[in-house]
Amino acid sequence: MAPYFGGSLSVWGSIITIFMVALSIGYLLGGKLSTRNPSPVTYGMFFIAAAIFSLPIILFADNIMRPIFMAIEDPRYGSLLASILLYLVPTSILGMISPYSIRLLVQTQEHSGHMAGMLFFISTMGSAAGTLGTSFYFVLWFEVNQILWGSVAALLAAGCVVLLASYMLEKSAPQGSAKATAK
Amino acid sequence: MRMIVMRSENKLLSFSVVTAVLTALIFPVLVNAQVLHEERSVYRDITVAQNGNRRCLVFNVLRGDRNQTCLDMNDKDRLVFTYTKMSFAGLLLTPSPKNILVAGLGGGTIPMAMNELFPDATIDIVEIDQAVVNVAKDYFFFEENEKMKVSINDARVFVKRAGILGKKYDYIILDAFGGDYIPEHLLTQEFLEEVKLIMSPDAVLVANTFSTSRFYDHESVTYQQVFNEFFNFKLPSSGNRIIMTQLGPLPPRGTLASAAQQIAPSLEKYGVPLLEYPNKLSTRVDWDMSRRVLTDQYAPANLLREN
Repeated sequence: MAPYFGGSLSVWGSIITIFMVALSIGYLLGGKLSTRNPSPVTYGMFFIAAAIFSLPIILFADNIMRPIFMAIEDPRYGSLLASILLYLVPTSILGMISPYSIRLLVQTQEHSGHMAGMLFFISTMGSAAGTLGTSFYFVLWFEVNQILWGSVAALLAAGCVVLLASYMLEKSAPQGSAKATAK
Repeated sequence: MRMIVMRSENKLLSFSVVTAVLTALIFPVLVNAQVLHEERSVYRDITVAQNGNRRCLVFNVLRGDRNQTCLDMNDKDRLVFTYTKMSFAGLLLTPSPKNILVAGLGGGTIPMAMNELFPDATIDIVEIDQAVVNVAKDYFFFEENEKMKVSINDARVFVKRAGILGKKYDYIILDAFGGDYIPEHLLTQEFLEEVKLIMSPDAVLVANTFSTSRFYDHESVTYQQVFNEFFNFKLPSSGNRIIMTQLGPLPPRGTLASAAQQIAPSLEKYGVPLLEYPNKLSTRVDWDMSRRVLTDQYAPANLLREN
């Protein structure tokens, strides 16, 4: 973003805003989807879809930001639009994972709160670790795109693990309850 | 009871320790100084303090930052800081600029002197923080005029747009590294390529940066990558270094010395010892050439500076 819209406070604001909005949309959609025939296969596809929709951030960032820079003079709205185009879809898909995980993990009403708490713990801790790792070390060791490729690879790997696990579960116990292990 | 007494003693102790630490932090900057104005901006806290005749603009007082700009109230023309004076060394390469770009306003002393020296030259100033402009106008006698205008914008955005519009400058001063955070997108190879696009054939680029830490190596390697060679300008009385370069090959020292002879008199009232400068400009490589070039993809400038 900085090469096109600078590093002013409003640019940071745009990015964070769009991430928050996208996550909200994802939570809503993920929760909704979890009421209709929830399956680990769909769950695994979330990861793979998120990976695929993250690719434009790496491959087409310049092609997306350049015309925006030309068309919109105010960096605040330029960065807001660029954030929407680059981050809205992949981040929304990532937001769908949490509520869907809860649906797959919760078996009884009593421990639903426990599971939800556990999930929030893991997901927020993961965000904390990712933020710390990136801002303290990764930017020193890698290029931005290498970090993004790493995230895409991690998402693909997680998706494949989920699909593989559900395939094996189905094979061993065709009637067994579906249980997702990867998050 | 005893416990309570001890607790309050502890509290008192910690209070006085905190006070002492705060005083020690503010001490070097504000001792005996009178605070004239404090302005909170979205980027930093700005303080204007006056000590005797010297009025200074200070960013982030509590973190012990150095003064950004100081003004001698008895002799407002005379530049106080060594690095401010050093930025006039660019005149050795481009003696009579017509289109000047200054990235980073500070107290506005550099553009004001330029405006006075070259009243016909157009001066574009780009400053990210409106509060800095306000303070420069209210306390440092900075004024915009027909020839000298400030844009509130990020320098990267300004330069990129100027490049697209085909604007050219013949004197570019990069002085945007105030405070404790380096705007890393103003240090990358891609940014310098964009700066190159807005340089006219006879233009000089004068960048005021730091002379210490691992960051020095990376920055030097990056400038070398884009401009092949540059003058490295360091003086013992300043922690800054000035990078000076142009599009074509750099002139020999003899040319610089004769330029200094011609220009020095006009800079006398600003206190710029231009005649001493040609001998201090070095093209010697004193950095680790194996360091990585900083790019938009790899720009951990703030981490490098800490290491």
